[in-house]
Amino acid sequence: MENKKYKVRVGLSTCGIAAGAGKTYDEIVPLLAACGITPEKTGCMGMCYCEPLVEVIDSEGKSYVYGNVTADKAARIVEEHIKGGHPVTELLVLGTDAETEHAPFIAKQHRVLLKHLGKINPESIDSYLEVGGYEALTKVLGSMTPEEVIAEIGAAGLRGRGGAGFPTHLKWKYTREAAGEQKYIVCNADEGDPGAFMDRSLLESNPHSVLEGMIIAGYAIGATAGYVYCRAEYPLAIRNLRTAIAAAGERGYLGKNILGSGFDFSVQIREGAGAFVCGEETALLMSIEGKRGMPRFRPPYPAQKGLFGRPTCINNVETLANVPYIIREGAASYSRLGTENSKGTKVFALAGKVKRGGLVEIPMGLTINEIVFDIGGGISTGKKFKAVQTGGPSGGCIPASLGDTPVDYDSLKAIGAIMGSGGMLIMDEDTCMVDVARYFLTFTCDESCGKCTFCRTGTKKMLEILNRITEGKGTESDLDLLEDLAKQVMAGSLCGLGQTAPNPVLTTLRYFRDEYLAHVRDKRCPAKVCKALIHYLIHPEACVACGACRRNCPVGAITGAKQTPHVINQDLCIRCGLCLNSCKFNAIEVASGAPEPQEA
Amino acid sequence: MSRKKNTAVTAKDPVEIIDAIVRKHSVDRGATIPILQEIQQTFGYIAPEAITRISDLTGIPESEIYSIATFYAQFRLQPVGKYIISVCHGTACHLAGAEKISDAFEHATGAKAGGTSEDGLFSLEKGACLGCCSLAPVVNFNNETHARVTADKAQALVKAARAAAAKEKSPKGESQHGKQEV
Repeated sequence: MENKKYKVRVGLSTCGIAAGAGKTYDEIVPLLAACGITPEKTGCMGMCYCEPLVEVIDSEGKSYVYGNVTADKAARIVEEHIKGGHPVTELLVLGTDAETEHAPFIAKQHRVLLKHLGKINPESIDSYLEVGGYEALTKVLGSMTPEEVIAEIGAAGLRGRGGAGFPTHLKWKYTREAAGEQKYIVCNADEGDPGAFMDRSLLESNPHSVLEGMIIAGYAIGATAGYVYCRAEYPLAIRNLRTAIAAAGERGYLGKNILGSGFDFSVQIREGAGAFVCGEETALLMSIEGKRGMPRFRPPYPAQKGLFGRPTCINNVETLANVPYIIREGAASYSRLGTENSKGTKVFALAGKVKRGGLVEIPMGLTINEIVFDIGGGISTGKKFKAVQTGGPSGGCIPASLGDTPVDYDSLKAIGAIMGSGGMLIMDEDTCMVDVARYFLTFTCDESCGKCTFCRTGTKKMLEILNRITEGKGTESDLDLLEDLAKQVMAGSLCGLGQTAPNPVLTTLRYFRDEYLAHVRDKRCPAKVCKALIHYLIHPEACVACGACRRNCPVGAITGAKQTPHVINQDLCIRCGLCLNSCKFNAIEVASGAPEPQEA
Repeated sequence: MSRKKNTAVTAKDPVEIIDAIVRKHSVDRGATIPILQEIQQTFGYIAPEAITRISDLTGIPESEIYSIATFYAQFRLQPVGKYIISVCHGTACHLAGAEKISDAFEHATGAKAGGTSEDGLFSLEKGACLGCCSLAPVVNFNNETHARVTADKAQALVKAARAAAAKEKSPKGESQHGKQEV
């Protein structure tokens, strides 16, 4: 007996599964089966901070979204809501009449790309068709010339969402106009920026939208084959995309003579093998060709000479996902959103020390403060907002004092940062900006392909200086040396990796110089992060001698007996912080500066 | 090829398996990376003998295959442990204390980051980024992603894996690993 009264959806994207959604699903399936309901698997609603998410929709279409639904809470929802007809108010994050802290997270967004995320079943093409899927492709193949498609995208003002912001229609036009029979479209799904997960969510939760955009792009530029280059770290995205490609082929949206139009198009997936530099377009092409992913000099641009020497257009996942919407709703409806030079919406991955982290889609031009406070709910730790990092290793750290800056390509560039692909990391007072710069340099130094001397050796030298500073061995002249090296690395590198690698260092030097000075002059880490510049202390009056810290210390640096306050041997201590985590009595303190001699 | 116990491949000759993988991909252009990926998936790592065999079959010089295998972080040229632990060191995870989580795993497993524990049970890696930034710090423990990992949780995961491995080895009773002091 089928229960028509309720529909139930469980979000099963990577974030959800990591938070335990798989167990929730397994738990809820038999419980719902007893009520005649089969729950639908959906993707990511973007509310990563309160995963696992379960949505209940009643016969009138009203939606109730439950958050933090671990397996043990599933039974309660089924008992009280499905069987009893009373929503479990205290577990609701959305759909309650009462004012919840969660509502602004969605209410303040403007969801175009994310509209159907977490609503449709990513494994079902019918689910995509129900929400207008492949209408754009049908329209394009039925009534538009490739030139008209390119003009429409141009009128919408769509710019590349991978970070550089190059006008999409120009890329398409150049590839279309290039001489050559065989042309390719490549979807760049090598979302390598640490802290970014927009593309993963799109591919996992709505793969057909990306695929549809790609087929339209193929038609516009005159390509008959396409590649999706996706990171191997995203197995679920690859799986769902593979399912989508097969389904699109079965329904005639891919393959020979698509929808009877005479247009042929096929798509292959290539899995990346763990190289950040492959997000750079020429390196990406090398990798698809089966070589080491090392960027090459441009020109010739890929539009002239790309994959296997043929004209190739490379677009980012999010860029392509915008295409069906623009075609379906019209360029005007799209370009109404955003600012003069940055049209449409942009999806950000909000994470770090923010209360509500997840996927955020906003019209361009919203300010940083609006994102952090109105949508993100402010700082999770209750401390002060210190900085936001955008654009990953290529981007910059923007201080809280510039929180009024509108988020668009040009405004962020003006203050030394970049919009980048959409990673947005929120930092509080406990974040050491020198450590952040060192973190990014460690990353870029590690990921430099080694082709250009300045990138290969320059980032290494910069990292050595930053290591020195965080170890309390830096001098003030190191700061000038860093700035000088940064300029050289930017000038002497062929691709974006090297050209932008110094950005995190330059922006932190510009906006947080005091913190650098504290490290080099006073040998102090104000945020108490840098291991060499802190030490741990046990306050004897607060210590109850429970022994938890002693048992947890991996190097046996803590001594003490029953009813005797414990003591840390500073010579043995490796400052791992495990004792601090294990102490339930707040008896352990992180102190600034090198350890002082301690009386035993 | 038969260096150690490759349980997955004892049924068939490793060379035959490699041949089948290469044949399957050889129709595609630029298939070196997919070939290496499938070989690693099958054997857990890429042995020197496998590189020689791919070279023999495809005509691509061994040096070139080796240069590709060492360029990409995904490829491993050494055998790995029974459990592969990848601690995400993306930005959000770094801010949330990924370093501490890596330390905790090092202490609990005895493996150094990038290496394998002496008992061959655990391989420890640092990765970036698993893309679950809002749930940092994140760890992939044998293909299962764990969110908001703490040092305690890291120790518990390792302990449970050790117990499971010991049980597999001597199904009758407790092994010496079973009674680890916490």
